[in-house]
Amino acid sequence: MTTGGIGESPLRPDGGLKVRGQYAYSSDLWLENMLWGATLRSPHPSARILSVDTSAALAMPGVHTVLTYKDVPGENVYGLKLQDTPVLAEEVVRYQGEPVALVAAEHPETARRAVKAIKVEYEVFEPVLDPELVAHSPDAPQVHPGGNLVRHQRILKGDPDATADVVVSGVYEIGMQDQAFLGPESGLAVPDGDGGGVHLYLATQWLHVDQRQTAKALGLPVEKVKLTMSGVGGAFGGREDLSIQVHACMLALRTGRPVKMSYNRQESFFGHVHRHPAKMYYEHGATAEGDLVYVRARLYFDGGAYASKTPVVVGNGTTLGVGPYNVPNARIEAWGVYTNNPPCGAMRGLGAVQPTYAYESQMDKLAAALGMDPADLRIRNAMSEGSTTVTGQVVDFPAPVAELIQRVKDMPLPEPSGSDILQLPGGAANTTHGEGVVRGVGYGVTIKNISYAEGLDDYSTARVRLEVVDGEPVATVHTAAAEVGQGLITVQQQIARTELGVQQVVLHPCDTDIGDAGSSSASRQTYITGGAVRNACRAVRAKLQELAGSEDVPDIAAVLGDEVIEETREYHHRKTYPLDPETGQGNAHVQYGFSAHRAVVDVDTELGLVKVVQLDCAQDVGKAINPDAVVGQIHGGSAQGLGLAVMEEIQVAEGRIRNPSFTDYLIPTILDMPPMTVDVVERPDPHAPYGVRGVGEPPTISATPAIANAIRAATGLELPRVPIRPEYIIDLTDGGS
Amino acid sequence: MRVNVTVNGVERQADDVWPGESLLYVLRERLGLPGAKNACEQGECGSCTVYLDDVPVCSCLVAAGQAEGREVRTVEGLADGEQLHPVQQAFVDRGAVQCGFCTPGLIVAAHDLIERTAEPTDAEIREALAGNLCRCTGYEKILDAVRQAAAKKAGVA
Repeated sequence: MTTGGIGESPLRPDGGLKVRGQYAYSSDLWLENMLWGATLRSPHPSARILSVDTSAALAMPGVHTVLTYKDVPGENVYGLKLQDTPVLAEEVVRYQGEPVALVAAEHPETARRAVKAIKVEYEVFEPVLDPELVAHSPDAPQVHPGGNLVRHQRILKGDPDATADVVVSGVYEIGMQDQAFLGPESGLAVPDGDGGGVHLYLATQWLHVDQRQTAKALGLPVEKVKLTMSGVGGAFGGREDLSIQVHACMLALRTGRPVKMSYNRQESFFGHVHRHPAKMYYEHGATAEGDLVYVRARLYFDGGAYASKTPVVVGNGTTLGVGPYNVPNARIEAWGVYTNNPPCGAMRGLGAVQPTYAYESQMDKLAAALGMDPADLRIRNAMSEGSTTVTGQVVDFPAPVAELIQRVKDMPLPEPSGSDILQLPGGAANTTHGEGVVRGVGYGVTIKNISYAEGLDDYSTARVRLEVVDGEPVATVHTAAAEVGQGLITVQQQIARTELGVQQVVLHPCDTDIGDAGSSSASRQTYITGGAVRNACRAVRAKLQELAGSEDVPDIAAVLGDEVIEETREYHHRKTYPLDPETGQGNAHVQYGFSAHRAVVDVDTELGLVKVVQLDCAQDVGKAINPDAVVGQIHGGSAQGLGLAVMEEIQVAEGRIRNPSFTDYLIPTILDMPPMTVDVVERPDPHAPYGVRGVGEPPTISATPAIANAIRAATGLELPRVPIRPEYIIDLTDGGS
Repeated sequence: MRVNVTVNGVERQADDVWPGESLLYVLRERLGLPGAKNACEQGECGSCTVYLDDVPVCSCLVAAGQAEGREVRTVEGLADGEQLHPVQQAFVDRGAVQCGFCTPGLIVAAHDLIERTAEPTDAEIREALAGNLCRCTGYEKILDAVRQAAAKKAGVA
């Protein structure tokens, strides 16, 4: 009998190495004769490059090469959705931080100094900054040839102009959040010598998309560009776009030496995309009894200088734009645009974080207008199995939204705050002994699509090998799916143990020698790569049964002997379809995840300080393959949602990032995180392997509005913008309205 | 310059150290000890925490020259051979590790806490670990791990 299969919580196989400091992250890699790479970046949000003089940098002792766009061997353009991003800027720079030139040197400090010695002459332009203005001004200066609109999508359902007894409206804004993974962008590129190819060791979310883009930029066939996963220090969407990949390979191929690149924290803030800031206009109409009649919304997403995942943000933002509620009539419209602000792309909760904040704010406003309890209003309108979404898609799997809300509502509330200053807003800073402190309770509920959407076939591949080693059967699982901390490696082992009845499951290094696994994003890997591992295991199992001549194989080692069984299988999720360009109708999504949060806050109304006292969550995960890891995802996701509610924002002024450091970009510490009660609900999805439902994103999304609504309940303020700053609460600015 | 430093009980020597290099850089790039992590280089995240003469420091903020003749203990020096230190074991057991990048710094900080404080309260644990950022776990399971390690040390678990 095997242990550590599906439904148990075996320990992570990499835990021992990680606690010893021996797990090799991409920034830990080292080779005897390696050089260090560094990047020169644009200081301007918008400018023309008049000249680049690399001679002084090249003349510095210890500098091996300096490269510009002229040295890009292949196509100097890449992109996840649109091919619009140069590897190195040619004629113009479109954001502050855009890569312009590269250096390889003996010592990282030498490389940094050489970067400073490169002389670039710019003609500086007025940056394009306002996404809403851009969306409706075809004559605005063009960030890219062809215009500033990346995607516009409209969704119409029922009578979009319906009227209702009770109407509430609001304009909501969300600041630019950063993934703030702790492990910096880094990697080591090793030229393969006479073959003309390169082997890149790196931290990424999707090896094959990096491989394809890198090979194209290097002008090499994909088989000449091998990628191997190193330890990934968190991702959260921020490693979907290229960072060091092409740059490190260019430097390695030019110098013939291994080249390591590792951003420092400041460069990391410029070196990856962020969460789209948004401005959202919402109007909700309901009957006097509290039934939603219509939702009308306009959403503006600032994509910044390059498209990255902006088209997907518009797709998710509209299709999920009314939340997990039954809405008979709707007009939802979104614009994703180019500006000269920092580029925005994937972050956990992609395209759903912004509208959820807005529609959940609206639900509280509607409850107040109706004189109803906010949780009861949500339960009354909650979507369920059989509901039809605004795109006309029928939800043909469990959708226990009302149950999730009821579950968090029924959890015990914390005691009133006492006089212990450590428990009050401001904490050890000793800013209050309780005077001016008020408490509030708020709810947030979300719906998030799981896996890629709108017709994409984001499949995964797994190879499973079964053999006898030292008298024991051993299974080896090989996929290219990125372990980014979420515990996918543990899940793969669990599936193989359950499917094969083999205790020892070894994970082959993750690399491009196996077929595509798709990205570790969209909460999709347990579902999709889990499905591929299941399929490969079942193929191996069938061969084993054939060998044994029976269904039952009690002694695998005896049956197998010296035989080795190896099978490779893919998993493809069920088909989805593009949205109709005019009406936005279509079965766009594979599956939805749902979560509900209840937040309890204390607010010091004199200083505007907030203490989140308790944050509880109920989430439907379909089937918990590893219950402990599921809870860990909910904890961590909730923390990122808390960050967005009260502290996390990349502050951008005139296209420039003002706070690119952990001193000035705040993420929650252990003092900021309250105790959490987590209720994991399992309502299996009959369409998914084992009934699983994606877990990672929903808790990030619903935590933010729960906290914002709790602060509003405490203060009575409208607070239409997150993160909620102290000055909004004490009303020094119009952020508090 | 040359830096002489005792690391995890072994006398080590690093040559050709540029005076601007941090203790973190020398440990990671010159002495083959990448356990301490570089995540912010300004003492905000705690990922590079090591003991310097028994006091936890952010090694990114210590110039390599300041470590001359002193003793450093890193995360690599906490286990007893194959046997993990109880703090390390607790982090594994309680699911306090996800991506693990913050883990080495947290292990050293938690190790220091339970060496100093027999049975820390939750408030004391939070205060002691307030200088260590974690982006994955939401800290709940880190609290669980430190409680387990402290209980084990106190002989009640």
